[in-house]
Amino acid sequence: MTPAVVTAGAAAPDLVTTAAESTTSLIQSVDWLAIAPPVVVAAMALIVLVTDLFLPERRKPLLGALAIAGLVAALALLVPLRDGNRSTFCIDGAATGPGSAGACSYTADHFALVIQALVLGGALLTALLSLGDTRRLPAGEFWFLLLSSASGAALLPAARDLATLVVALEVASLPAFALVGIKRGDRRSSEAALKFFLSSVVATAVMLLGVSFVYATTGTLHLTEIAARLDDVPGQLDTLAKAGVALTLVGFAFKTAAAPFHFWVPDTYVGAPLPIAAYLSVVGKAVGFSGLILVTVIAFPAYADVWGPALAVLAALTMTIGNVAALRQNAGRARSAVRLLAWSSVAQAGYLLVPIASAAYSSDEHIGSTVAYALMYAVVNLGAFAVAALVARTSPGNRITDYRGLYATRPLAALAMAFFLLCLAGLPPGIIGLFAKVTVFSAAVDAGLGWLAVVMAVNVVIALYYYLQWTATLFRAPEKASEETPAAAREETPADGAVRAPTGHGAPASLTVAIALTAAAGVVLSGAPQTVLRFAAVNLF
Amino acid sequence: MIDISESVMQFLLAFIVVIPLVGAVAALLPAPPGLKGSGPDQAVLRHGVTVTGAVLVAAIVLAAGFDHDHPSKMQATTDISWIPALDVRIHLGIDGISLPLLVLTALLTFLCALYSYFKLPAGPSPKAFVALLLVLESGTLATFAVLDLLLFFLAFEMVLIPMYFLIARWGGAQRQAAAWKFILYTLLGSVVMLLGLLLVGLKSGTFDMVALATDNGRGLTTSVQVIAVLAIGIGLAVKTPMWPLHSWLPDAHTAAPTVGSVLLAGVLLKMGTYGFVRILLPITPDGMHTFAPYLAAFAVVGIIYGSLACLALVRPGSKGDLKRLIAYSSVGHMGFVLLGIASMTPTGVNGALFANIAHGLITGLLFFLVGAVKDRYGTADLDTLSGATGAALYGRAPRLGGLLAFAAVASLGLPGLAGFWGEMLALFGSFDPADGLSRPAFLTFMSIAAFGTLLTAAYMLMVVRRVCMGEKREEPQLADVQTYEFAAWTPLVALTVLAGLWPAVLLGLTDPAVQKLLAGGKS
Repeated sequence: MTPAVVTAGAAAPDLVTTAAESTTSLIQSVDWLAIAPPVVVAAMALIVLVTDLFLPERRKPLLGALAIAGLVAALALLVPLRDGNRSTFCIDGAATGPGSAGACSYTADHFALVIQALVLGGALLTALLSLGDTRRLPAGEFWFLLLSSASGAALLPAARDLATLVVALEVASLPAFALVGIKRGDRRSSEAALKFFLSSVVATAVMLLGVSFVYATTGTLHLTEIAARLDDVPGQLDTLAKAGVALTLVGFAFKTAAAPFHFWVPDTYVGAPLPIAAYLSVVGKAVGFSGLILVTVIAFPAYADVWGPALAVLAALTMTIGNVAALRQNAGRARSAVRLLAWSSVAQAGYLLVPIASAAYSSDEHIGSTVAYALMYAVVNLGAFAVAALVARTSPGNRITDYRGLYATRPLAALAMAFFLLCLAGLPPGIIGLFAKVTVFSAAVDAGLGWLAVVMAVNVVIALYYYLQWTATLFRAPEKASEETPAAAREETPADGAVRAPTGHGAPASLTVAIALTAAAGVVLSGAPQTVLRFAAVNLF
Repeated sequence: MIDISESVMQFLLAFIVVIPLVGAVAALLPAPPGLKGSGPDQAVLRHGVTVTGAVLVAAIVLAAGFDHDHPSKMQATTDISWIPALDVRIHLGIDGISLPLLVLTALLTFLCALYSYFKLPAGPSPKAFVALLLVLESGTLATFAVLDLLLFFLAFEMVLIPMYFLIARWGGAQRQAAAWKFILYTLLGSVVMLLGLLLVGLKSGTFDMVALATDNGRGLTTSVQVIAVLAIGIGLAVKTPMWPLHSWLPDAHTAAPTVGSVLLAGVLLKMGTYGFVRILLPITPDGMHTFAPYLAAFAVVGIIYGSLACLALVRPGSKGDLKRLIAYSSVGHMGFVLLGIASMTPTGVNGALFANIAHGLITGLLFFLVGAVKDRYGTADLDTLSGATGAALYGRAPRLGGLLAFAAVASLGLPGLAGFWGEMLALFGSFDPADGLSRPAFLTFMSIAAFGTLLTAAYMLMVVRRVCMGEKREEPQLADVQTYEFAAWTPLVALTVLAGLWPAVLLGLTDPAVQKLLAGGKS
């Protein structure tokens, strides 16, 4: 995943025309700082892969530290870009650097930076969750795959042509298949990986077909150029353009797990290692959504009357199916906790789609509501998965009934979990969850999508039922007849005196840090919702 | 009454809203050395009394510092930007409409905390109980103090989780189902309300209640107002509760612990009617005009329905639960409040606000008393309680019996007690409704509602007969009213008498503010 590959893919169609006029355009000046975040992560992925070969078994934890360092460095590199005015890999001789307005393949605008911060932060938290887990997994491969996927995910929101977009999407997805199936010898893990792989590959194939149709009708891959040329497509190509738009959207709908393309989600999440499920639910979704936003709002505004209603219906379907399925989960079934989170993530994807649909009816600024909601969702969902990982250490069954009495054994973890769940439900004290929902509602109301707002209102009530039921479970008196928990607790007692983590006995430091980070972020955001909601009120592009 | 500088008043109002939250967090932490008391339970319960007491003192000082010559003016206002992206401002302030409700909330919560200090409801740790009680208090106080639509929604939602847990953890039989019914009903209502609030805010460009009230609906087209009133009204009507959206209330009251019932009836229901007065009347007057006859119709159906349900419950052999009966009587009383609001006249709205406060005092007292009866007899089932002739409370616990009879006659609206004025003014209001509303329809509503007062008197007197009177049986004497019970109930009794004998003290506060609201800030 080097920038060279990207430019080659992106610029190739244009070279035919431009090369004849000037040979200098073959060599582009590259704004290395702008592309630094994904590049650093990609470079670190290679470093980890090579280092793995030379490390003795007992030094393997070093790889995790390297990976985290890489992600932190990439996050830090976002800071100098915060003006959001850089772009690179531009054509037509447009100058690179600040203020260039030509068609560029890579743009580090505010939208790209926010989503990059989201995916890199998400990957960082996933890495923290995995630190304790990797002993049972092949460490070198695991960290390499995670970083590769993260670099693709970080590239995607900045991509501004369809080729880069598809390449970034695949770079983000392909390692994810392997990550899902990384639990060697676990039948469920392999099955999950296969399901994920097949559905995702179908999605890619469909999307590529759509992209080729769009290219055929417009003759360009750059999103802004497509937008300009789709306005006046010749009459006989109109159907082709429409089909191209529709197929491209179907591909992204697969990636975001929107209904009716959601069926792979529960099995994949349950089969994958827990941190990877968290990664897919946050970073995977963010990738799908940023791609969807880019193609709809930047490339296809001319067909807003086609994708607007389609996305609105998709949103309504997705949230309803996700919530109803989550409602039907049996709390006593094995892995019901992850299954519930999986279905809830489908439902949340529905909420995320609402502002994109609204953007078709009124202004593009509604996209900001999706971004703000996604940021909130990323923080609290990762937090919920972190607590789930903590609980899974003592009760590997990971049933919701295992959470009974968590407040008695780990009060802080239970309070954090209650907070995360109420944020997802959107009720105080989860103030940030509430206001994130309010922005989504207001986008729908503002766009005149009253029916969608009402469907969402009903869904919020349905969702409250299962979130609150889980929350209530946390505070119930622990069951006396529980067989595994006391035994596990007794085993841990010797270590308890030595390291008493704030979340309770025997929690590994990395997990504690992950929970503390997400909980602190959630609480701070609840006090100052403006931190993320400001994206809802400005044009990010 | 006393002169307090504006900045102190601002601080007091912010203090009242924020301190219960801080107290709730503190309640979860271990007690600091020196405040440990005789045990962790005692320490945390005392903490609850201290915090609610401090809030009550602050509320009383606030009421004393309130400029009673200009009750229509927003006082102690704070206005800071909180979330510019959504145009949400922390805008606090009180006027003659919200001040009585604020003081009532602070008082009832303090009395509940005091009552629980001596008599903790059976259930899990008192720590969580106190914390939830304080969050509940903060949410209700904030509802009455905020002047921003989205903040109002936030405060409205804030009470849901604590009340859910109070019912589900400390409640009686059937508490899980009742708690679910409560929270799902109210949430569905309030999410629909949010849509209406957003519609108003987005179409008019501001969420500020004062600006919107001054605008008096001029910035909103009639169709927007109609949709907004429908959406917001449904949310508020569920909370109030208005027939036919009331069905969560009897279950919630029956299952809730005594303290939960007192707060639910005394304070939470008022949030709904307050919303009608504060938001719908001034901000969307045209929409209210459209819906006022329907609201009044539903209100009188509620009055009759509540009374008939109570009459059915009080009949011998019907296994009526006393708490359930009072819950149904609340549906009837809130019907009067809604009728007063629907008349859209100053008289009617003043009556509604008066009935609001009176209902809070009287029904709060009734739930305390019934809770005490239930504790002593071990049941609130009327048939078991009264046996063949009656429970003979006069004979077995004369003071308790006397208080129950007092509360019952206050509730049926005996002149001279608080219950009378509000209902009378509400009827007056519907005798002469606002211009543009159909007079014959409102006259019909008025006569039906007046018939409802007769039914109310009937079932309340039957309750007194079956619970207080009866043949004295050969059973041990019951514990009469304890000192702490006296402490918790006396203020309510005193205020009921005071409001009944001197209604001007309340009406003088609400009337100018109501005049201004209905006139759209022109007065």
